[in-house]
Amino acid sequence: MKRILASREALLLVAIGLLLALIATRFPGFVTPSNLAAVFNDTAPLILLAIGQMIVILTRCIDLSVAANLALTGMVVSLINIAAPGLPIIAIFAVAIGFGALLGMFNGILVWKLAIPPIVVTLGTMTIFRGIIFLLTEGKWVNSHEMSDAFKAVPRTVILGLPVLSWIAIAAVILFSIVMTRTTLGRAFYAAGGNPHAATYAGINVGRTQFWAFTTSGAIAGLTGYLWVSRFAVAYVDVAGGFELTVVAACVIGGVSIMGGIGSVPGALLGALFLGIIANALPVVNISPFWQMAISGAAIIIAVVLNAQANRSPGRIILKRAERAG
Amino acid sequence: MTASRGIPDRLRTPMERNLKSWESLLMLVAIGIFVANSFASPYFLNAWNLSDATFNFTEKAMIAFAMALLIISGEIDLSVAAIIALASTAMGAAAQAGVGTEGLVLIGLSVGLLCGAFNGILVTGLGLPSIVVTIGTMSLFRGISFIILGDQAYRGYPPDFAFFGQGYVWWVISFEFVLFAIIAAIYAVLLHMTNFGRAVYAIGNNATGALFSGIRVGRVKFILFLLTGLMSGVAAICLTSRLGSTRPSIAFGWELEIVTMVVLGGVNILGGSGSILGVVIAAFVMGLVTFGLGLLNVPGIVMSIVIGALLISVIALPRLWSMWRAG
Repeated sequence: MKRILASREALLLVAIGLLLALIATRFPGFVTPSNLAAVFNDTAPLILLAIGQMIVILTRCIDLSVAANLALTGMVVSLINIAAPGLPIIAIFAVAIGFGALLGMFNGILVWKLAIPPIVVTLGTMTIFRGIIFLLTEGKWVNSHEMSDAFKAVPRTVILGLPVLSWIAIAAVILFSIVMTRTTLGRAFYAAGGNPHAATYAGINVGRTQFWAFTTSGAIAGLTGYLWVSRFAVAYVDVAGGFELTVVAACVIGGVSIMGGIGSVPGALLGALFLGIIANALPVVNISPFWQMAISGAAIIIAVVLNAQANRSPGRIILKRAERAG
Repeated sequence: MTASRGIPDRLRTPMERNLKSWESLLMLVAIGIFVANSFASPYFLNAWNLSDATFNFTEKAMIAFAMALLIISGEIDLSVAAIIALASTAMGAAAQAGVGTEGLVLIGLSVGLLCGAFNGILVTGLGLPSIVVTIGTMSLFRGISFIILGDQAYRGYPPDFAFFGQGYVWWVISFEFVLFAIIAAIYAVLLHMTNFGRAVYAIGNNATGALFSGIRVGRVKFILFLLTGLMSGVAAICLTSRLGSTRPSIAFGWELEIVTMVVLGGVNILGGSGSILGVVIAAFVMGLVTFGLGLLNVPGIVMSIVIGALLISVIALPRLWSMWRAG
């Protein structure tokens, strides 16, 4: 099992390598370390959100409210910043993570306690969260000059050659790699999605595990919300509109099975990087950015076809046709 | 789902069953909204205004009927709005080339069917999960529209093409509303009175069981994807005709509103149950809410809060109620 997973991520790594090599043949400037670092930094929010989404998908759920959560939390910290410009940045971080987690818990409690299908819950909260931003601001934007300098500086501060935004993404990758492989909760995420019945008999509360998955995803979305509005120095209702599907796409390309139980942090990282490289390379190689949507769509379809080939279990010949049909 | 149901000591009478059904609950909500609206705004009870209000939901509801069947069978199609965009783009390109109204209709329907077939082949032929496939094709179809149109728009449709979205059959009854009613009737018959409809329910409840009882599961699902694509083509014709122009962002975000409509109509998102009547009432509820709030100058985004809250609460409240009764 481990070997299959390893090979799938290796496959994606090779695909990314080929993609970069292809771009390098005509535009060597794209693969210089400084430009690659810039691409990584640009992809950092997608990497963060993809890790959170992966955890939710592992438990057989889906979180379509991440982009709306990001926008709402970003707006809330921006408004706090206007009201109290002197507030230390560490408090802003705490509010962003805490508020995002709270929104995630709301999703989680509806899924856990009321057993409402996750896609319905997050479809609803997605529109509700964005609507709340409108109610908070009456549609007004929070612009750069209204935010304090300290508030805007954080994601851009360079430490050891990389901006803080990149370091946070790297830290999240390391942290969640450890959580997912080395802690009880991390293994519970896999177990709850891989086989809920077996997980229940093993003493895992599936509903509660899903609740924690949504909470984690929400906390990450909240953190990304602060980083997003401070990086672009603007907050408004439609921040990251439609981004939830890009996040799901990154997960699918990264080998996360939508049926739950299969996926890894490195996979989500590579899936996000793949989309990030395409988005950044298109203007460089002189293809209209209007191609981006179709290309990521095609990438999702190819990835899901490849995933299905890898996941197909060789046994149970009798039910094979039934499984295909079902 | 996990809540255990007690075994009743007698069957519920048909009367009781009908009164306590999802559809009657929804009907009450619809009547409530209608009455509230007529008190809230003096402009609500006006035949022409009400006729205008139907345009809020007719195009979405046409797709919602096919989507209801698809969801009952345990699949979903998130690419419907993207199919509208692609079909509309194809019709726009053809209109530029001088194709007449009949040709445009044919092109709209064929693009819808082709997109549906593409989804259907990926899901039933390769056995892939429909939610991921259609998230992918959603980007792909709309992406092709963006490649063709970029930031441009197609205009200049033939004058008689405007009838589909702007024409009236009799007095305030629009062509779109008549089409909506006919399509609702066709889908109600298909789902509730034919073998095909029973097969859809059977597949949604137990696909393996359905296969072993001789239902061609793959073929039924493929047909459902075709129908959803076809209805998206029909909606594309109506919407393009009503707007008189095509942009790649046409019908953006409709897939989620359509799924909301279907779920609000009492169709189980996990498959296996639901009715066309429920979807029809849900379409009216959503149309009335949007229209009534619009008359009160409530901005669109606030309406979406109401729709979102409606979606969650209509599912949550009955569950909270039964939990409370169970103690």
